[in-house]
Amino acid sequence: MNIALNEMMETIRMVEIENLDIRTVTMGISLRDCADSDFEKMNKRVYEKITTYAKDLKETAEKASKEFGIPIINKRISITPIAEILGNATKEQAIELAKTLDKAAKTLGVDFIGGYSALVHKGISKGDQTLLDALPEALSVTERVCSSISVGTTRAGINMDAVRQMGIIMKDAAERTKDQNGLACAKLVVFCNPVEDNPFMAGAFHGSGEGEVVLSVGVSGPGVVLNALKRYPDADLGEVADIIKKTAFKITRAGELVGREVAKRLEVPFGIMDLSLAPTNALNDSVAEILEEIGLERVGTHGTIAALALMNDAVKKGGAMASSYVGGLSGAFIPVSEDNGMIRGIEDNALTLSKLEAMTCVCSVGLDMIALTGNVSAATLSAIIADEAAIGMINKKTTAVRVIPVPGKEEGEMVEFGGLLGRAPVMGVNPFSSEKMIRRGGRIPAPLQSLIN
Amino acid sequence: MTRRAVVSVVGKDQVGIISKVTTVLANENVNIFDISQTILQDFFTMMMIVDVTNLENLDALQQKLTDLGEPLGLTINVQLEEIFQAMHRV
Repeated sequence: MNIALNEMMETIRMVEIENLDIRTVTMGISLRDCADSDFEKMNKRVYEKITTYAKDLKETAEKASKEFGIPIINKRISITPIAEILGNATKEQAIELAKTLDKAAKTLGVDFIGGYSALVHKGISKGDQTLLDALPEALSVTERVCSSISVGTTRAGINMDAVRQMGIIMKDAAERTKDQNGLACAKLVVFCNPVEDNPFMAGAFHGSGEGEVVLSVGVSGPGVVLNALKRYPDADLGEVADIIKKTAFKITRAGELVGREVAKRLEVPFGIMDLSLAPTNALNDSVAEILEEIGLERVGTHGTIAALALMNDAVKKGGAMASSYVGGLSGAFIPVSEDNGMIRGIEDNALTLSKLEAMTCVCSVGLDMIALTGNVSAATLSAIIADEAAIGMINKKTTAVRVIPVPGKEEGEMVEFGGLLGRAPVMGVNPFSSEKMIRRGGRIPAPLQSLIN
Repeated sequence: MTRRAVVSVVGKDQVGIISKVTTVLANENVNIFDISQTILQDFFTMMMIVDVTNLENLDALQQKLTDLGEPLGLTINVQLEEIFQAMHRV
């Protein structure tokens, strides 16, 4: 059936005015066959494999983007968690490998490569420990390498020894990049229940259940949802959910079509569609503003969690109907530095760290891109991670912590991270210590799956 | 299989828009299947479904139409039709 004029106009308006875009096309590449007891050989193989498999990624994505008239903002790579192939490598060699990944990303013209990762939710193997030891330096001497560390799952519990180490690693990484406001921490995510097929950074990695190579797509469109809601100021909340659902459906269909086409042209299997609403600092491209449009004077006030829960669920419902393979983190991201509405909420004292924590119970991920005071202790960072992991573990969902303790900055100051990472007001933390709990270490046992109240 | 694209033209209404756009298409040997057009609050809106089966490089056509549209204050886009089908048809 032919397309009607108003339908054509709707699509064009979404792209031109409401910032509809495909946020990322991410190629997942398995590096397991690159493992070798001789580090030099492994290093070379990793570089060659990535730059061969993804050599046409950028060009193909850009061509498809132009032909369909839907912008593809980022082209990215995710790889096998590096800790799994490190074997007997030393810390210095692990850092060398990070530089190799950085070089591969630059050669290919992709903005991030994710998977400098370790899964340590139950215990820490030799390769995992090497990676953790290398992490602060690896993230501060590279530009495009992203790391994620899994410290807990619903089935394994929370590895508090790993959580303790992560607090120290984050402090160290921030200190090493203090002239860039602790930027290294913006490339480091600590997960509970990570997903293996997430195309979004910084938490993307190519999980062990994935194939040799796969192409996954992350679409986004907070601006489209916001504008759709603005047209119905008097709709009741059931209708609001319906409007979000329908909008998510259209966004997802557009993303899936373009994603499949790029995968076909690259002769790579299509993986999943991640239908997250990911905000940017562009005007009106904000998740917080959607919540405000639903009816909150400012994000963070009472009712925020209910509005977010409604929105997150409606996005999933619309998206799940639109695509056969929905995966990744699918939901709504609430990164502070990348969302002008969230920034304003904090500046107006409407949005606090505690509220953000509570919001992560009902949104897709966790504490994301939050700047903290420079004097926050490693133990407090670990305790923040532990709280967030506990939320994920008990609620059987992915949660994550990507916070930046900004060296030398105090509560209320504004820090710039540049580009897509945006800017954030520095937030204070609870002044009381969690030191003793973190020092205990050990493992928080996996929770009961029944008696769920 | 025919490859169809949508040419959309949006901007201030003026004399000769259709003639100018179709001339560019004709010069590129692009056949037109369907045209619909309307004026919305002084804004000219036109949609054409065109045959791009033999046109390998959509980019070049897009460039010519952009060059035509810019001085006239018109936004002209060429997009493969599938994207509209995907978004608006189940």
